[in-house]
Amino acid sequence: MSKVRVLVGTRKGAFVLTSDGKRDKWDISGPHFAGWEIYHMKGSPADPNRIYASQTSGWFGQMIQRSNDGGKTWEPVGNKFVYDGVPGTHQWYDGTAHPWEFKRVWHLEPSLTNPDTVYAGIEDAALFKTTDGGQNWEELSGLRKHGSGPRWQPGAGGMCLHTVILDPTNDKRIYIAISAAGAFRTDDGGVSWKPINRGLSSQYIPDPNAEVGHCVHHVSMHNSRPNTLFMQKHWDVMRSDNAGDDWKEVSGNLPTDFGFVIDVHAHEPDTIYVVPIKSDSEHYPMDGKLRVYRSRSGGNEWEELGKGLPDRDCYVNVLRDAMAVDSLDDCGIYFGTTGGQVYASANSGDSWTPIVRDLPAVLSVEVQSLP
Amino acid sequence: MIRVALPQHLRTIAQVKGEVRLEVQGQVTQRAILDALEAQYPALQGTIRDHVTKKRRPFVRFFACAEDLSHESPDSPLPDSVASGTEPFLVVGAIAGG
Repeated sequence: MSKVRVLVGTRKGAFVLTSDGKRDKWDISGPHFAGWEIYHMKGSPADPNRIYASQTSGWFGQMIQRSNDGGKTWEPVGNKFVYDGVPGTHQWYDGTAHPWEFKRVWHLEPSLTNPDTVYAGIEDAALFKTTDGGQNWEELSGLRKHGSGPRWQPGAGGMCLHTVILDPTNDKRIYIAISAAGAFRTDDGGVSWKPINRGLSSQYIPDPNAEVGHCVHHVSMHNSRPNTLFMQKHWDVMRSDNAGDDWKEVSGNLPTDFGFVIDVHAHEPDTIYVVPIKSDSEHYPMDGKLRVYRSRSGGNEWEELGKGLPDRDCYVNVLRDAMAVDSLDDCGIYFGTTGGQVYASANSGDSWTPIVRDLPAVLSVEVQSLP
Repeated sequence: MIRVALPQHLRTIAQVKGEVRLEVQGQVTQRAILDALEAQYPALQGTIRDHVTKKRRPFVRFFACAEDLSHESPDSPLPDSVASGTEPFLVVGAIAGG
């Protein structure tokens, strides 16, 4: 029977939740790396027992941990992230030039084919790569140096590269997203990059249609349709059908189009999920009701999903990397909250249940479907 | 033999219990101790001081003999009692809330 492993990163440690294919009883291990912020954990598609974790602390900096046994044991690997060449400057909050400084790893994206190759999205925004299982990291500096880097500016959460998407049909194509610069694409394996933000409109920047400067919160893609991307921007849910060259808004009838997460159903490439959040100054659900919204038409027409979710007095947030899907049939959807709950649906979102509910604030959720 | 007391999180990273004991060649300074510490426990590289600049991380402090030595030059000689192992060199995570 199939199994599911849910990797949960929190403000105070990592947790690994496992269940069989029914997904109704869960074993929880953790906290791993107790007391440390775990921004992200992700398993290798090529070797599911190989898992990487970003462990960070305001006191002691960055650690990268690697497991070869599905999260039972861990070993520290390389934590040296040094920008290529002279780092230069980007814009600071007040518009002045500010030196690039490494702060932490936000996202780890293992290669689709090689468990020793991993991409790391970091703050201040840059993309790094290891090809030796995390021992050594090198910057793909064509992104930071392609020209618009000096104009990038941090969002409220820092200037983080938080999304890395690998095209399963073209190993030279990678999409990334940065708050608050926008989305970018390489078609040559990371040597050269270009902004892919045409069609985004952001009223909070001087030129709402600028080439860069948009606060992209998250981007998602279905493996069967790698030219179609879905984006939750600061405000607005967006869709591209030409690999990011053009975007159109698909917020449709959402009650608010602010939010952080967005994900795609494992078997239905036009079924997408968001968690609407009231506003950029009120980071909690509308009317105290936690709701997931699902579109089965790739956007514009959305349905409210609330069965099993709090109907009142709920004022948590769902952060950008805190939603994931499994690939079982029926597809499982998972998301974690800043209140420490991880909610799961084993029926594509029709009903939900908390599979753990008193963790530290959840920073990230990833799911592995295992044989 | 130099004695180094690490905070709990760094003891976990280094997989040690209690104080660490180090052989330090030549003059005993902060830099010499940290070089020896990182050589013996490579996982600690980058956790106490920057990989490249070797500057102390902002929320890490160095104490010894009831003195805060954090702002001393990394190449200044440490007190004789640290060099002789009578007193430990303390690596401390600063009180910073959260």
